[in-house]
Amino acid sequence: MIGEGLVRADGQAKVTGRAVYVDDVRPEGCLYAATVRSPFAHARITGIRLDPDFDFSDVTVVTAADIPGENVVALMTDDQPALADKVVRHVMEPVALVAAPTREKALAAVSHILVDYEPLPALFDPERSRGHEPSLFGSDNVYSHITLVHGDPDGAFASAEGNADVRIIEGTYRVGLQEQLYIEPQGMIATHRVDAEGAPGLTLFGSMQCPFYVVKALSRVLGHKRFNVVQAVTGGGFGGKEEYPSLVAIHAALLALKSGKSVKLIYRRDEDLRATTKRHPCRLRYRTVVEVRTGRLLAFDGHMLFDGGAYNTLSPVVNSRGVIHAVGPYRCENVRSEALMVATNTPPNGAFRGFGAPQVQFAAERHLDRIARELGLDPLDVRRVNLYRDGDLTPTGQTLKDIGAKIVLEAALERAQRPLPPGNGSGRPGGGGQAARLAAGRGLALAWHGCGFTGNGEANLQGKADLALEGRDLRVYTSSTDIGQGTETIFPQIVAAALGIGVGRVSVAPPDTDLVPDSGPTVASRTAMVVGGVVLKAAQALRAALASEVGFDGDFDAMLDARTSDAVLRVREQYADDGTLVWDPKTYRGDAYPTFGWSCVIVDLEVDLDTGEVLYRRLVQATDVGRALNPVLASGQLEGGALQALGYATSEEVVLDERGCMRNDRLTNYIIPTALDAPEMETVLIEIPFAGGPFGAKGIGEIPHDVPHAAVAQAIERATGAVLDRLPMMPERVMAALERRR
Amino acid sequence: MSRTAQLKSTAAVLEPRTLNEALEMRARAPDAMPLAGGTDVMVSLEAGVIDPPRFLNLWRLDALRKIEDTPAGGVRIGALCTYTSLGRSDLVLRHASVLIEAARTVGATQIQNRGTLGGNIVNASPAGDTLPVLLALDAVFELSSAERGARLVAAADFFLGYRQTALLPDELLIAIHLPARNADDHTHYRKVGTRLAQAISKVVLGARLRVVDGQVVEARIAWGSVGPVPMRSPSVEAALLGVPIDVDAEAKVAQDIRPIDDIRSTADYRQRVAENVLRSFLRSVVQTRS
Repeated sequence: MIGEGLVRADGQAKVTGRAVYVDDVRPEGCLYAATVRSPFAHARITGIRLDPDFDFSDVTVVTAADIPGENVVALMTDDQPALADKVVRHVMEPVALVAAPTREKALAAVSHILVDYEPLPALFDPERSRGHEPSLFGSDNVYSHITLVHGDPDGAFASAEGNADVRIIEGTYRVGLQEQLYIEPQGMIATHRVDAEGAPGLTLFGSMQCPFYVVKALSRVLGHKRFNVVQAVTGGGFGGKEEYPSLVAIHAALLALKSGKSVKLIYRRDEDLRATTKRHPCRLRYRTVVEVRTGRLLAFDGHMLFDGGAYNTLSPVVNSRGVIHAVGPYRCENVRSEALMVATNTPPNGAFRGFGAPQVQFAAERHLDRIARELGLDPLDVRRVNLYRDGDLTPTGQTLKDIGAKIVLEAALERAQRPLPPGNGSGRPGGGGQAARLAAGRGLALAWHGCGFTGNGEANLQGKADLALEGRDLRVYTSSTDIGQGTETIFPQIVAAALGIGVGRVSVAPPDTDLVPDSGPTVASRTAMVVGGVVLKAAQALRAALASEVGFDGDFDAMLDARTSDAVLRVREQYADDGTLVWDPKTYRGDAYPTFGWSCVIVDLEVDLDTGEVLYRRLVQATDVGRALNPVLASGQLEGGALQALGYATSEEVVLDERGCMRNDRLTNYIIPTALDAPEMETVLIEIPFAGGPFGAKGIGEIPHDVPHAAVAQAIERATGAVLDRLPMMPERVMAALERRR
Repeated sequence: MSRTAQLKSTAAVLEPRTLNEALEMRARAPDAMPLAGGTDVMVSLEAGVIDPPRFLNLWRLDALRKIEDTPAGGVRIGALCTYTSLGRSDLVLRHASVLIEAARTVGATQIQNRGTLGGNIVNASPAGDTLPVLLALDAVFELSSAERGARLVAAADFFLGYRQTALLPDELLIAIHLPARNADDHTHYRKVGTRLAQAISKVVLGARLRVVDGQVVEARIAWGSVGPVPMRSPSVEAALLGVPIDVDAEAKVAQDIRPIDDIRSTADYRQRVAENVLRSFLRSVVQTRS
């Protein structure tokens, strides 16, 4: 059961088109909604009027004045309004909402809501945000500023002066925005309902990762909790549906309340691309003291500047993960890691698979390559000499044990032994044929990724799961959503394994906040490892409850046979750590994560010397997953994450106009890789069990996105000599680097 | 500011059953936008770029799906032939395998099953994937109207300006004529578009060199996505006529093309890539012959 590649529970319905996504549903009498958005990056709103020449008789219009509770999207701080009131702080910010009997009428009505703006100076350069005008957040435009110090970095840098055995090596690295690009755009339906006590209320049904985020945010706006939130089948999230759906749900709910009707709000693709969150861009300056002979890291001083955009969202957590992961999976006894997350007038950046780790580990890996280049060493040797070993301390002072760093490196190297492609131009797909000039290269990069929430996050959250015996079958109740990663498949596997029954007897209740407890959000590589662990505890608790009911503990079916009642037996468990983790969020000292995942990625590619295009040939990854509950799904997560990172590497560029608005707002010009662009993939699952996870499982959702882009940069350098320290490595930039090299 | 594009579900659709009927409708209703596979029209409609009052749906006109020999020994391709059907035709393979290469890079399978060669031509996008190949092959377009019957226009004379063509308001593109393949021809197609499917090109090269006794006796170098129209490259072509093949002819590319900075790429990149892919083609011809 555990370790079996069972077919995904949701697979057949999705591939046959029977799965019901939010846009497939049309409630009786439903109105269609659209959003009036700011055309300015920063402006004062001086008036909102309705065009007297437009027929608004069947149009519901909502502005900030219609909000019954607080005008806020409640998340970490309350800085983001549900609808801009006096000021807009980014282009595409929602200012008003309309709903009409047809989509056409709603879209037409949008252009007849006349909003008067007085433009204000806008801030786009994160380097000129902190302490500068205009004032966008707090006293100094800083969302988060974290400095982590380990050992004595100042002393190490001071003693490096004049020491011929060591050298100070510095580098600057940059990464751009990245769009999550879930295939299904944001969408929500609000319908009216009467709850069990006869009170009127709402149901929010839509595409999301975190139903209880929506509950928290919506209850502040409505001033009550007379509603439930139900996840529809969700066409991907990647973090883009972590916090953003709260805003969509608030908007649908406000329109439903004012109109008295059901309201459907679905973003158009271009609207979704322009309006919603992206991965944070980052500028990273790394200085290191290294041993000349070996490249060993003696001291690290890293400064990261993240652009948070116009509202805080979850940016401080991204900043935090960035600070902790900044050195990569490498031992260093003297570390200063400082990260600043600042405000600008671009649409807010937010959660995205990896959450800061893909940005900083690109810099970490490129910096090791720089060390190798400057010292004349082999980049692989520089990694070997620095890689974490059991017993090493991380920059937060956490002692590492049972770590997979070296094991994943050797496993990936062994699997990748087959030689590189010849690089002679044969077989170039997409035209070119024998005339193409290709240079082949191989690149390698290593990642670590803290699994689950940082520090005391899980202990504070106490994520819950229910398991119910309904007849002879079992049903799992959690708020963990299946967003394509396989929750609906692995939870039954866990329960079935724990109870010794067939997996077909275990179902998963749809995430409906009326029915399920708060398991915490579906984020941070925590669903299998953390919530799966609570589900396992619930299965054990249910067995115990049944045993006490029937008077013996034995074969599960024998116990069922002995039952005299057919009442539903329902148990609830919640997360509790073993008390050994110690974390101080003030000093950033202690056990940052319950465990870490480890991964090594090797990319074989060819660079087209005529065009700067990169052709991916093969990607080998070896990843410590703790235990693969379902190896097919685990490999799928790892391969999908790696492909997303290849897009981050060489083709996904968000082009902003002078207002900070995404110009390439179409799938034809925001270039994600297709199946043809994907390399042959080989994925090695390494299992070093984590005692805190169900059957030893660790989180794996994010680690595959952490460093493939760094391996690509190394491979391009090895193929051509061109050094690229900035993402994305678009063909235009590769060409420029090829020319610089000459 | 937000786009208020909407699908006009009420737009009228004219449904001719024969070519004559289609030409008559075209003459009577010049405001009706001809609709073939719809792979460009539907996208533009959804994006709010076009807003025609009605459509002239040509999809049922099977007469425009024939691929046949011409008396001159070449091939005549009906305008409604899809990219997929080009790839299945022995005649096209024999006379213009490079056109099949180009057709295989259009969009992805679904687009190739629906999109038509005639649609690519009439849409006249500077990024149209097949257009530089048609220029390089000296294609001739057969246009027809109810009033005046058919006329032939060379591909080189068809593309007049940005999305402007020689097609008159009462005309339809009926067929594409390609000359017989010459054994001395070296042809080449290269699309540069950042990814291998579903890509809109940054640079397209369609090329044909006729080499007799080591001399280039005919040169056709044509470009896409480097100017307002798909265009021939007269300076490069002139430089190539001679012996031996001048592999440095790419230096002349800048005289012929007019690339711009846009959302997909930069003028600098396009020019450099155009030079590079041309040079690699010329070298490959030299190598093939040596």
